[in-house]
Amino acid sequence: MSEQGTERDRPWLMRTYSGHSSARASNELYRTNLSKGQTGLSVAFDLPTQTGYDSDHPLARGEVGKVGVPIDHIGDMAILFDQIPLDRMNTSMTINATAPWLLALYIAVAEKQGADPSALQGTTQNDVLKEYLSRGTYIFPPEPSVRLTTDLIAYTVDNIPKWNPTNVCSYHLQEAGATPTQELAYALSTAIEILDAVRDSGQVGEERFEEVVGRISFFVNAGIRFVEETCKLRAFVRMWDEITARRYGVQNPKLRRFRYGVQVNSLGLTESQPENNVQRIVLEMLGVTLSRGARARAIQLPAWNEALGLPRPWDQQWALRMQQVLAFETDLLEYGDLLDGSPVVEAKVQSLIDGAREEMARIEDLGGMVACIDNGHVKRELVQSHTARIRAIENGDLQIVGVNCFKQTADSPLTSEDDSGILKVDEGAEREQVAALERFRAQRNQGEVDAALADLRAAATGSTNIMPASIACARAGVTTGEWSQVLRDVFGEYRAPTGVDFSGKAGGSGDALAAVRERVHATGEAVGRPLRLLIGKPGLDGHSNGAEQIAVKARDAGFEVVYEGIRLTPAQIARAAQEEGVHLIGLSVLSGSHMELVEDIYCELEQLGLGHLPLVVGGIIPQEDEQVLRKRGVADVFTPKDIDMNTIMARMVEIIRDSHGLDSAA
Amino acid sequence: MPPDTAPATLAQRLLAGERGALAEALNQLDDQRSAAIERSGALLAALLADGVLSRGHLIGITGPPGVGKSTLSSALIATWRRRGLRVGVLAVDPSSPVTGGALLGDRLRMQVDPADDGVFIRSLSSRGEFGGLSAEVWPMSIAMLAANDVVLIETVGVGQREIDIAHSADTTCFVAQPGSGDSIQFLKAGILEVPHVLVVNKSDMGETARRAHSELLGALAGEHADGGWDIPVLLASASRGEGIEALADAFAAHREQIAPDLEARRRRHQAHWLEKRLLADFGQRGLDRLGGSEALLARLNAKTADPLSEYRALCAEITNALQQDQ
Ligand code: B12
Ligand SMILES: Nc1nc2c(ncn2[C@@H]2O[C@H](COP(=O)(O)OP(=O)(O)O)[C@@H](O)[C@H]2O)c(=O)[nH]1
Ligand SMILES: [Mg+2]
Repeated sequence: MSEQGTERDRPWLMRTYSGHSSARASNELYRTNLSKGQTGLSVAFDLPTQTGYDSDHPLARGEVGKVGVPIDHIGDMAILFDQIPLDRMNTSMTINATAPWLLALYIAVAEKQGADPSALQGTTQNDVLKEYLSRGTYIFPPEPSVRLTTDLIAYTVDNIPKWNPTNVCSYHLQEAGATPTQELAYALSTAIEILDAVRDSGQVGEERFEEVVGRISFFVNAGIRFVEETCKLRAFVRMWDEITARRYGVQNPKLRRFRYGVQVNSLGLTESQPENNVQRIVLEMLGVTLSRGARARAIQLPAWNEALGLPRPWDQQWALRMQQVLAFETDLLEYGDLLDGSPVVEAKVQSLIDGAREEMARIEDLGGMVACIDNGHVKRELVQSHTARIRAIENGDLQIVGVNCFKQTADSPLTSEDDSGILKVDEGAEREQVAALERFRAQRNQGEVDAALADLRAAATGSTNIMPASIACARAGVTTGEWSQVLRDVFGEYRAPTGVDFSGKAGGSGDALAAVRERVHATGEAVGRPLRLLIGKPGLDGHSNGAEQIAVKARDAGFEVVYEGIRLTPAQIARAAQEEGVHLIGLSVLSGSHMELVEDIYCELEQLGLGHLPLVVGGIIPQEDEQVLRKRGVADVFTPKDIDMNTIMARMVEIIRDSHGLDSAA
Repeated sequence: MPPDTAPATLAQRLLAGERGALAEALNQLDDQRSAAIERSGALLAALLADGVLSRGHLIGITGPPGVGKSTLSSALIATWRRRGLRVGVLAVDPSSPVTGGALLGDRLRMQVDPADDGVFIRSLSSRGEFGGLSAEVWPMSIAMLAANDVVLIETVGVGQREIDIAHSADTTCFVAQPGSGDSIQFLKAGILEVPHVLVVNKSDMGETARRAHSELLGALAGEHADGGWDIPVLLASASRGEGIEALADAFAAHREQIAPDLEARRRRHQAHWLEKRLLADFGQRGLDRLGGSEALLARLNAKTADPLSEYRALCAEITNALQQDQ
C-alpha cells in the first residue's frame, strides 16, 4: 500500500531475449534465467528457423544456432522446453513468417507434456508487415502473409484464449529509423490492416470480434528521449482506445486497452565506450514505466555490449538486474500516474497524435499498409528518417556521448578481458544440429509425413485455417523446411522494396561530401565511366540499415549504386557484379556469418573471372576476424565505430583507384 | 589467363553468347575515353558486319513510374525463358542532375534464377539525358542483340517526355496505370507517341483496370501505327502473371509484321541516335553545318558504318566546318 492509498502496481513481466547454439544449450540457459527471478521466457530463434529453412539447407550455412536457437522439428522443440511445464509458463516467441509453424510445434509439445493446450499463455510475434519494413524475416508476398497471420489469430481466439496471437511491432520500426510519430502511425495502421483482415476473413463470428480486438498486443520501442517516449506511449493508449471504439465498436473498455511489451532502443547503443550503454538502457526503461496509465506489461533489455556482439549470460543478468532494481528497490510502483494533468505532457501527447493521424490518413488514402509496403512508400519514409538521424550525428546536431563528443576515454576493463567481451557461439553447434536432423528424418514415419504435408498444401491452396494442418504436421515429424517449402510452392516468395530510391538530396551539404564527389567524378573520368558500386547483403541477415545508409550516401557522393535488398545468395551477388559491371563490391553483414559468406562470394567471383574485383565488408566484424578477412584479400573493413560516412566514401574511391593502378608511381 | 577482349575476339565471344563477353562489351561501350571509343567502334562494326541489325527483337517498355514496368519485365522474362528465348535487359533509372549519382533499383523486381544463364540484366542511369534513355542505350542494345534473342529496354518512366524509346526499339509498349487518366490525355493530345502495344497493368485491381482498358480502346479507335498495324490494347497483371502470354504474343506478332523492314528501321533509329547526340554536342548550328537534319538523316540512312566511328567522323566534320566559319 502506498501513501495515497493507491494499490501498489504489479511489476511487469521481466524477460531476457535469448537462445543460441542448440535447443539443449538454450534450455539450460532458460532454466538458469528462471532461477534468477526472470518471470517469463523470450525465445530468439536462429535465422534459418525464422526464414523457414532446415539446418542443412545451403542458405543456412554458417547461420545455424548463431543468433538464436535452431528448431527443425518437434524433437528440438521438446528439448527446448524440457522440464519447463508449458501450462505454467508465459513464453514469448519472436517468430513471424513461420509463426503458425512454431506455434504448432509449441502446441504439440504441450500435448506431449500432458498439458492442456487451451491453457497455454504467451505470445507469437506474428507481425509480418514490419518484417518487410525492418526486420527482414519475411518469406511470402504480403497478401498470403496477412492470411497466415489471420489464421493464427482466428485459431487462438477459439482454441487458446489466453494466447497473444500477434504482437504488432513498432519496436523494429524505431530500430530502422522511425520517428515517434511514424512509430505510432505505422504500428496502428498495421493493427488496423490485420484486424480488418480477420474481420473480412469471416473466421470469427461478429459477436466474438471484440475478443479478437482484445487479444491484439503491441511491442514498442523506447529511445533515449524518454520524456517524448513517455508521451508516445500515452498517445498510443489514447489512439488505440479510440480506434477500437470507433472503427471496431468495442464496448468493453478492458478490451480497448493498449497492452504492450517493450524492448528498449538498441540502435543508439554504441560500440565506443560501451559502458555508457548502461545509463542509456536505464533511462530508456523509464520512458515505458514512469506513466502508470501507460506502463509496459513486459520488458526486455539489451545488454551493455549490444554493439559488440552477442551478450553472455552475465551481460544479460546485468540487464535483468536493472529491471529488478527499478521495480523492487525504487518507489515507482507505489504511486498512481505521475504525469496525469501535466500540461506539458498533454501538449506533447496531442502533437504526436496529430502527426500520427495525418500519416495514418495518408496510408489509408494510398490503399492501406499492405499497399504502402508493396509500393515502397513506408520504407522510403523510414529510410529518409534514418538518413536524417545519421546526418544529425555526422554534423553534431545530435550529440552522442563517446561517439561525436566526449570521446576521450581511459582503457576499459570491460573489453580488455581475454574473451573479448561477447558470447562466442559453439563452432560445432551447426554440425551437431545437422547430424541430429538427419537422424530425426531417418526414424520418422515417411507415410505420415507425406500425408500431413499433402493436407497442409490443400489447406494453403484453399481457405481452410492453416493451424490444424500445421499441428498435424508437427505431430507427424515434419521439419521447418518442409512446412515452409509447401507454402513457398503455394504462395511464392517476395522481395520487399528497399526504400533507398527516394528523390531529393539527403547527403547533406558540406565540404567533405563535395570533396568526395569531386574525387568520384575525377576517378570516373580516369577509368572511363561513372563509378559503379554494388552493395550486397549476403545470407539470411536482415539488418539493412547500414547497407541502406551507405547506398544513399554513395548515390549522393556521385556513385551509380546497385542495391537489391537483403538475403541474397553469394551466387546472386557475384552474378549482379558481373551483369552490372561494377568497380567495387561492398558487403554488409551483421549476422556474424561474415567469414563463411565472404569466402563463398570470393569463390563465386573467381568462377566468373572476377576474382580481381575489389571488395569491402561492413557490419559487426570482430577485430580478429578483420585481420583474417584482410589476408583473404578484403580491401577494407568498416564497423559501427566508423560513423563518418564521408570518410568511408573517400576510402572506397581510393580502393577503386588502387585497383586501377591510378596513383601508383609507375 | 584473362580472356581476350580485343574487338574482333570480343565480338566472336559475344556472338557465341558468352556472358563474360557481354559484360565486358557493355563496360567497353560505356567507356568514354577516346581509345576505348575506338575499340568500341571496332566491336560494333564487327557485330554489324555479322548482321546483328537484322536479328533479334528490341522491345521498349515505357510508362509512368510505379505502373509496374519492372514487374512486367520480370513476368515477361519468365515467359520468354519458357519459350526458350535468351533475354537481355537494359533498365534505365533516373540519375541526380546535381550529383550525377543514381540508385539502380529495377533489378530488385526482376527476380531470375541465379543458375539461369539465359538472362542478363544491366542497369543504367539516365545520366542527365532527356527522353528517358541514356546515350549508351543504342550502342549497348547492339551488343545485347548480339548475344540474346529478345532485348528489353525499360525506360525511366518520366511520362510525356519519353519519346526516345520510339526511336530506339523495334516495338514500343506503353504501360498504363488504372485509375489515372493521364495516359489517355497524353495520347489524345498527341504528347505521347502512339506505341505499338498498349497494356493496362494491375488488372487485379478489377473494375478500375477494366475501365481504363475500355477508355484506352475508345481513345485509340481507328488509330493505326505505321504500316497498318492494329494497336492491341491488353490487360495484364504483372504481379499475378496474368495476361503475360498474350503480351508476349503481341510483341512477337509486331516483330513479324515489321520483319521485312527491320534492318532499315534500325538504321533509321541509329541515324536518329546520331543526330540526337550531335545536336546535344553542337546544337542546331553544328547540325546546320552538315546541311540540317533532313540531309543528315538521308546521308546516314544510306551508310553502313558503325555508329561510333560515324559519330566521330561527323564530329570532326562539324568541328572543321565551325572552325572555317571563324
Ligand atoms: C538496428 C538493429 C536491428 C534492427 C535492424 C533494422 C534494419 N532494418 O536494419 C532489428 C530490430 C530489426 C534487428 C533485428 C535482429 N538483430 Co539486430 N541489431 C541492431 C543494432 C542495434 C544496430 C545495427 C544498425 O542498424 N546500426 C546502424 C547502422 C548504420 O550501422 P551499421 O550497420 O553497423 O553500419 C555501419 C558500419 O558497420 C559500416 N557498414 C555496414 N555495412 C556496410 C556496407 C558497406 C559497403 C560499407 C562500406 C560499410 C558498411 O558503415 C556503417 C556506418 O557507420 C545492432 C547492435 C548495434 N548497436 O550495432 C544489433 C545486432 C546487429 N542485431 C543482432 C541480432 C542477433 C538480431 C536478430 C538476429 C535477433 C534475433 N535472433 O532475432 C534480429 C533479426 C534480424 C535479421 N533478420 O537478421 C546482433 C548480431 C550478433 C552478431 N553479429 O553476433 C547485434 C550485434 C545485437 C547483439 N549484440 O546481439 N536488429
Ligand atoms: N496490384 C498490382 N500491383 C502491381 C502490379 N505490377 C506491379 N505492381 C506494383 O506496382 C509497384 C511498382 O512496380 P514497378 O515494377 O517497380 O514499377 P515501375 O516503376 O514502372 O518499374 C510495385 O509496388 C509493384 O508491386 C500488378 O500487376 N498488380
Ligand atoms: Mg522500374
